[in-house]
Amino acid sequence: MLKVSEIVKILDAEVLTGQENMDLEIYSGCGADLMSDVMAFVKESVILCTGLVNPQVVRTAEMMDIKVLCFVRGKVPGEAVIELAKEKGITVLATQQPLFICCGLLYSNGIKGRGVWN
Amino acid sequence: MSDSTVKLHYDIDAEDFTTAGEASSGVKKTLTRLGVNPELIKRISIAMYEAEINAVIHANGGFADVEITPEMVKVVISDNGPGIPCVEDAMKPGWSTASNLVREMGFGAGMGLPNMKRYTDEMCVESEVGVGTKITLIVYLNR
Repeated sequence: MLKVSEIVKILDAEVLTGQENMDLEIYSGCGADLMSDVMAFVKESVILCTGLVNPQVVRTAEMMDIKVLCFVRGKVPGEAVIELAKEKGITVLATQQPLFICCGLLYSNGIKGRGVWN
Repeated sequence: MSDSTVKLHYDIDAEDFTTAGEASSGVKKTLTRLGVNPELIKRISIAMYEAEINAVIHANGGFADVEITPEMVKVVISDNGPGIPCVEDAMKPGWSTASNLVREMGFGAGMGLPNMKRYTDEMCVESEVGVGTKITLIVYLNR
């Protein structure tokens, strides 16, 4: 488990919205650029790391009750994406780290929960 | 939740990909307001969202009709798109006809129909090439 504040430090991330959610506890994560792959595994207390920066990332998070998004590889979403996330109560981070490194850092620091297939 | 049946209708607009998912979002809000179990809401929301996205990317939009009763949530997504030549193929995880453009937008992983099946209690795909596709998704609330 990691708190969002710890994730911000580990990934050297910027908080784009959701500064008030730094104490939120995250138990599992997924890293993907295809949203249907994200939706194939339901998890609890999830961070989604992705290089995709369109509004459908926020929609996917909304449907799956994912509370934290992290955009990787220096990708920065448009204002409309951040506004949509804010409206849905979803915390948005951004980091320069690539997706693989993000996943590795989060896993090695304690986010090890995995989804359930079927 | 109350004993009455709630019926919702949405036009699924394909003009703007950024707004895709608004119907599913609206249904999720309604189910939350009605006090439906959050796990069941998540299942129906994911399944409906996949179907809504499919209507946008494959069929130039369509319609969503949702019926919520104390027993179940039934979602029907219909379109006048190109139809699915072989539903059996489309149900295979990873099978996709989506363009690279669609993949760049984060879809076309070939998991849409398999995800719909996984998260619902009943799923029915009716499709005719050149006519359109109708997908019915049911999640029971008391099982």
